[in-house]
Amino acid sequence: MASSAVDEGLLRVLTPEVLAVLVRRGADFAAAEDAVQEALLEAVRRWPDEPPRDPKGWLVTVAWRRFLDAARADTARRRREDAVEEEPGPGPVPDTDDSLQLYFLCAHPSLTPSSAVALTLRAVGGLTTRQIAAAYLVPEATMAQRISRAKRTVSGVRLDRPGDVATVLRVLYLVFNEGYSGDVDLAAEAIRLTRQLAARIDHPEVSGLLALMLLHHARRAGRTAPDGSLVPLAEQDRTRWDTAAITEGVAVLQAALARDRLGEFQAQAAIAALHADAPTAAETDWVQIVEWYDELAALTDNPVVRLNRAVAVGEADGPRAGLAALAALDESLPRHTAARAYLHERADDLPTAAALYARAAHEAGTAAERDHLIRQAARINTRLRGGR
Amino acid sequence: MAKYLMLKHYRGAPEPEGFVPMDRWTPEEVTAHIQYMRDFAAKLERTGEFVDAQALAPEGTWVQYGGEGKPPVTDGPFAETKDLIAGWMVIDVDSHQRALELAAELSAAPGAGGRPIHEWLELRPFMSEPPTVTE
Repeated sequence: MASSAVDEGLLRVLTPEVLAVLVRRGADFAAAEDAVQEALLEAVRRWPDEPPRDPKGWLVTVAWRRFLDAARADTARRRREDAVEEEPGPGPVPDTDDSLQLYFLCAHPSLTPSSAVALTLRAVGGLTTRQIAAAYLVPEATMAQRISRAKRTVSGVRLDRPGDVATVLRVLYLVFNEGYSGDVDLAAEAIRLTRQLAARIDHPEVSGLLALMLLHHARRAGRTAPDGSLVPLAEQDRTRWDTAAITEGVAVLQAALARDRLGEFQAQAAIAALHADAPTAAETDWVQIVEWYDELAALTDNPVVRLNRAVAVGEADGPRAGLAALAALDESLPRHTAARAYLHERADDLPTAAALYARAAHEAGTAAERDHLIRQAARINTRLRGGR
Repeated sequence: MAKYLMLKHYRGAPEPEGFVPMDRWTPEEVTAHIQYMRDFAAKLERTGEFVDAQALAPEGTWVQYGGEGKPPVTDGPFAETKDLIAGWMVIDVDSHQRALELAAELSAAPGAGGRPIHEWLELRPFMSEPPTVTE
């Protein structure tokens, strides 16, 4: 970024705070959100030449003016002049922050997951529609419609009472876990928003999710080879893991666990922490990991948890035990065949492993996994032919 | 949040019951059919689910690497091949169920006599990016 460029990070931190001020002054959410986006664009244009002394105050003033302009134009059209005149003018900005309510609003249960994600990224994250569209590989016009529909959906929701934290966490988890690649690093954005949320609300699962994200994000550099192919956990170069992120993730998790209100995200983070803690794959504490999967299975009926538990059992008690645990599960679960292939290879049943890897590649839902699995099948078949 | 391809076939799809080829429709029926497709795409844009729609020319060419320093080998048009793609629409939806609903709606485009043509559409999920959290 050029030295004269605007501090985009600051703008994005201020976005929900400015929006909250407008809403508290009586602006309706959809119009306020549009006004804030316009103020952000104006800041990007003007701040390089005229840096403001009070960035938040500047944004509130400009956004409020934009809101009034739009409301007046609207009012003139509809001949309802008196509605806006009663609104208070821009005054000093109070220091209180109710941007927390925006998290709840943007993750409101009446929204579909994709709408909640898009609205959160724009209204809380301060991203432009264009950036969000590029991140999810859809046309900008489509994303614009998705966001304005979402705003209409929540237009009647009152902002004066807290919503359900779990819905917010699910949205942030989706942003983190199902990101595409683009200019915007969605995983980093999810971490930023979760960190911001954790500073505003005291809840062990918010910390659990933040820890989970930090611990997985820490492995990012090790997760892909230079050619973009997936590197399985056991083969990752652990010197490439981000130790600062791991340290922070573990600290956040320990503080959350000490509260003794276990939840799904804390349990998942505990598993990630045990992986992060192992100096080598061979030194992984699989017995403890299986115990955490048991905790996790008690908290959620997600069958994927039981599948991952079976794989962990295979590491803790040997591949035969893992295959036995796997046999109790529905074969149509994603990665069931891949897990069987892996455990058969561990059990030295190479022909079965090769056939299962090939089948798993056929069933894979992502290109990276498919490529990885077909390479596994090719590797074993080459070995079986006496190649290498 | 998953992308799906809705594939329309010129040939190679199962033939729906009571199938009438398009050239036997009235011009008004053809117009109504095309308008339905346009309205459908416009509706998907409003719902924030539209990604792309394209039509393909029916005639294509097979191309093959011809070897070092040699021009590409071509063959075709491949009139005798069984499967022929007419075009596609790409959608971005929240669930497989929603993708099925939309494909069914597209298949209900009007044909001869203004009746839904019940065209068979092929619905194929896109390969997505791998999730970050895997264990």
